[in-house]
Amino acid sequence: MVRDKTIGSKVFDVVLVAVLIAVTVTCILPLWYTLALSLSSKSAAAAGEVWLWPIGFNFNAYKQLLGDSQFFVSFWISVQRVVLGGLLNFLIVALTAYPLSRSARQFRARNLFMWLFIFTMLFNGGMIPLYITVKEMHLLNSIWALVLVGAAQTVVFNIILTVNYFRNLPNELDEAALVDGAGPWYMLVKIYIPLAVPVLATVTLFSIVYHWNEFLYGLIFMTREKFYPLQTYIQQLLIILDPSAMTEDQYKRLSEMSNRTLNAAKIFIAMIPVLLVYPFLQRYFIHGITLGSVKG
Amino acid sequence: MRIKGFEKHYYLMLQPGLLLLVLFSIVPMFGILIAFQDFNPGKGIFRSSFVGLEHFEYMFTLNDTADIFFNTISIAVMKIAGNLIVPLVFALMLHELRLMWMKRTIQTIVYLPHFLSWVILGGILLDIFAYRGPINQILASFGVEPILFFGKPGLFPFLVVGSDVWKEFGFNTIIYLAALTGINPNLYEAASMDGASRMRLLWHVTLPGIRTTVVLLAVLSLGNVLNAGFDQIFNLYNPLVYSTGDIIDTWVYRMGLLNLQYELATAVGLLKSVAGFALISLSYYLAYRYANYRIF
Repeated sequence: MVRDKTIGSKVFDVVLVAVLIAVTVTCILPLWYTLALSLSSKSAAAAGEVWLWPIGFNFNAYKQLLGDSQFFVSFWISVQRVVLGGLLNFLIVALTAYPLSRSARQFRARNLFMWLFIFTMLFNGGMIPLYITVKEMHLLNSIWALVLVGAAQTVVFNIILTVNYFRNLPNELDEAALVDGAGPWYMLVKIYIPLAVPVLATVTLFSIVYHWNEFLYGLIFMTREKFYPLQTYIQQLLIILDPSAMTEDQYKRLSEMSNRTLNAAKIFIAMIPVLLVYPFLQRYFIHGITLGSVKG
Repeated sequence: MRIKGFEKHYYLMLQPGLLLLVLFSIVPMFGILIAFQDFNPGKGIFRSSFVGLEHFEYMFTLNDTADIFFNTISIAVMKIAGNLIVPLVFALMLHELRLMWMKRTIQTIVYLPHFLSWVILGGILLDIFAYRGPINQILASFGVEPILFFGKPGLFPFLVVGSDVWKEFGFNTIIYLAALTGINPNLYEAASMDGASRMRLLWHVTLPGIRTTVVLLAVLSLGNVLNAGFDQIFNLYNPLVYSTGDIIDTWVYRMGLLNLQYELATAVGLLKSVAGFALISLSYYLAYRYANYRIF
């Protein structure tokens, strides 16, 4: 690009960098603040003295957290859910995307199934019918309610991304394999899946993050706290409100009563798994997402 | 070309995905019958008696109904506008940035909030905007009286829209940046040779270059007019702000699962599902018709 070296242009560059940095900092600051708060003393937190640095530095909140056995039970439920949900999503996406990426000539029912799948993504019966269905299947309080319902809600979008990826692979691939006598399972497992690693990694990571973050199904399908996944458990700690009615004073008092340092510690710990997979997400999702969404 | 004997394997591959979606997407759709029934959980959906449109008639006599539809649409429309414009401006600013390492660092950071759950971010925001939280401490140093931010019905929708735009702007930037890199660099060079300033380059090269992407995203966002964001509002609201912050989804949750008014909640949810389905279908049709966009 040809460079414009006028003074106005330089001033523009300085302002630009300043604004960009300021906006970027707002994305980190709340997380940093939460960490600082979790390491502060209770009294400093209650007095609102904590800003960007821990006041009265201590690990009391984290020690207190160790005594909260339900936190760890819920953490473990979330880990199981993520593993099962991620595996299920991977299997179904790989198995489904391959036949759906065939042309309507190769697989005559292809468009019918494609539209059926898309229909389930665009229309749903709503929260109550879903709750009643899960209840009638006797899946309340079972981790499978979280895994299966979560998968059904997200898998179609992931299938579409993968189908589009498969369809962009060169046709010659197919022809060469066919000449060598490859069958459909061989083509899927030995040719298509290895070639689709970027997109399959993207959708698997998406589903892992989704299952980790999802809290509503834990709330409605689990009737007792001991079955709650982590996000639901934390949600219930933070939202202690009676949903029917309250006054401004009650709201103020309730929010002041809460243990801010302990809550901050819980929030921070719950964030760590996402921060851990984030570098991997970064590597794949940009490619995956631009590929599937806006095609030329 | 179609190969003999392959199709039955394609059907086989589709079975797991099909089973999942039938059980957890299609079967719950039959639950919408509850909206037309005097539903008895003991008898189930297929043996409860039908009452016609009674629940819909009752729904339209409720004051809540108009409020929640108004709140949903107004919050969703503000979010759509914010989530189109802010990422666009941010992407254009990043595009002007010539320091590549800084560009990459900024991108890495601004994607992060997208991957954190609203349970986590809601907990953090409620603390930061609390009566004795950091924002009020800053305002106090300017002599402003503390504000009960999340207890003020007049402020609530704007806090919701602002925090959603803050969470998503980085992620939404990706698509714009992909479109910006697609602009032919020769155009910039040619225009610069003709003496165009940076502002002129922006106006005559950059903006026309991404016009179709912007239009496409605007059209596709039409499908979100009824999605005000359940997860977010559920984690931020409280009874003080029901008048401006209660949306269809949160109302359905409370009416159905807390007040156990299954039929009414299903009826309202069904109305939303049908209207939402129509809007999404329309947006896909328009995107296909005018921007040649295809889902698959």
